[in-house]
Amino acid sequence: MPLKTAAIIKKQGDEMIEIRSLSKSYGKLKVLKGIDLDVAPSEVVVIIGASGSGKSTLLRCINFLEKAQKGTITIEGKTVTHKSKNLHLIRKEVGMVFQHFNLFPHMTVMNNVIEGLIQVKKMSREEALELGRAMLEKVGMSDKADVYPAMISGGQKQRVAIARALAMNPKIMLFDEPTSALDPELVGEVLHVMKDLAVEGMTMVVVTHEMGFAREVADRVIYMDEGQIVEQGTPEEVFDNPQNERTQAFLSHII
Amino acid sequence: MTLDRFLDYFQTFIPAAWMTLRITFFGILFGVLLGIIFALFRISKYKFLTWPAKLYIGVIRGTPLLLQLMLIYFGLVNIVMIDRIPSAIIALGIHNGAYIAEIFRGAIQSIDRGQKEAGISLGMTGFQVMKRIILPQAFKRAIPPLSNQFIIALKDSSLASAVGVKELLLHSRQLASSNYLMMEMLSIAAIYYLVMTSILTFFSNRIEKKLRVSDHRA
Ligand SMILES: Nc1ncnc2c1ncn2[C@@H]1O[C@H](COP(=O)(O)OP(=O)(O)O)[C@@H](O)[C@H]1O
Ligand SMILES: [Mg+2]
Repeated sequence: MPLKTAAIIKKQGDEMIEIRSLSKSYGKLKVLKGIDLDVAPSEVVVIIGASGSGKSTLLRCINFLEKAQKGTITIEGKTVTHKSKNLHLIRKEVGMVFQHFNLFPHMTVMNNVIEGLIQVKKMSREEALELGRAMLEKVGMSDKADVYPAMISGGQKQRVAIARALAMNPKIMLFDEPTSALDPELVGEVLHVMKDLAVEGMTMVVVTHEMGFAREVADRVIYMDEGQIVEQGTPEEVFDNPQNERTQAFLSHII
Repeated sequence: MTLDRFLDYFQTFIPAAWMTLRITFFGILFGVLLGIIFALFRISKYKFLTWPAKLYIGVIRGTPLLLQLMLIYFGLVNIVMIDRIPSAIIALGIHNGAYIAEIFRGAIQSIDRGQKEAGISLGMTGFQVMKRIILPQAFKRAIPPLSNQFIIALKDSSLASAVGVKELLLHSRQLASSNYLMMEMLSIAAIYYLVMTSILTFFSNRIEKKLRVSDHRA
């Protein structure tokens, strides 16, 4: 387990994310039922669970795309709510990668990557381009800088989306099923980029069905069911020796 | 009617055609302006903006353009005197503005929700997302229905004849009343309209084709 050595050199210290009794409903439908979750700096947390169990909603709450009705979210010691001032500036600390990429189709690959740098970080175009080139290099997309998203494959789109999020230099990266929309042969290239990020010490929360990735990269695996964290532990604990019946049933379906 | 005479008559329509183009152009310009403003009002989260937008769109789309035009030219005389041509432009503008507002609203709302979320996640403000991400894509998507609306506006400009604006229709009727060639004069006006609408259609088709290329999910 070569990657696991990265866990050893991980910094000690305060939690990067602290979630306390987070609850969220859509009308009568309770989607999150009192979630408690801590994520340490440089930790990689993989969330698994059936469709509709609230995984996406949890990620979206951490990024304040959704408003929780109850509970608190603390990022690097700062408790943030929807009423917080400059919510948009707090959001730039948290990068988000979506299942459907959500690249801006009217901008070239490079302009996608530097949009946030120019609009949010108020960088000059030259500075932004320099950083943008470095980010595209990192995800192996330098040669596509000037093409439009419609011209590249799904795997390439997702790598650009990762570069776009990374360009903002976030402290946390959230991934919501980043490979679920991809043809099987394109999954590897995206997971590869994510592994590199994990090794570099990025704090990551990843919703995925890629069990191989979870085993190799995750420090902790969380199983969610009906809006609750039902079980969590190291990949070995959760995958090889699940304690909860529902976890067992879920894993027997998926593996 | 000999070809010579036909051509003589045909030529006299040129100033009237120019008038048709002018009131259409300025009417559309005004309409696009109103359309953008009221589309943004309409999708705003504030009731004091959505409510007037709904009222404007509902009233204008629910009443005839001819009535709106007469109301501005004849109906307002006791409050403000507005000349024929400005009346026609204002009426065309207000009328088309309501339809264009709905076109823009539809285009804005057709943009995938993920686009806004991606912008928001980068730390952009709602205003930046609208300006940089949503509107550029929405404008593109609005071009086909907009060009359709422009063609309608061009034809509707003939209603300005009712308040005495000397555009194509009024010119043809005035000529016919002295030369008794109603069929011929109306046909000449029809040719002018057809040429102008064909040119508009040609360009809108070309733009539409060009846009289709980049319209994939990203
Ligand atoms: N915007 C929404 N409005 C209403 N219901 C929603 C909305 N988003 C998600 N849900 C519901 O919340 C539940 C959890 O959804 P989600 O977090 O997307 O689950 P997962 O990502 O685990 O598949 C589902 O039942 C889903 O239908
Ligand atoms: Mg989901």
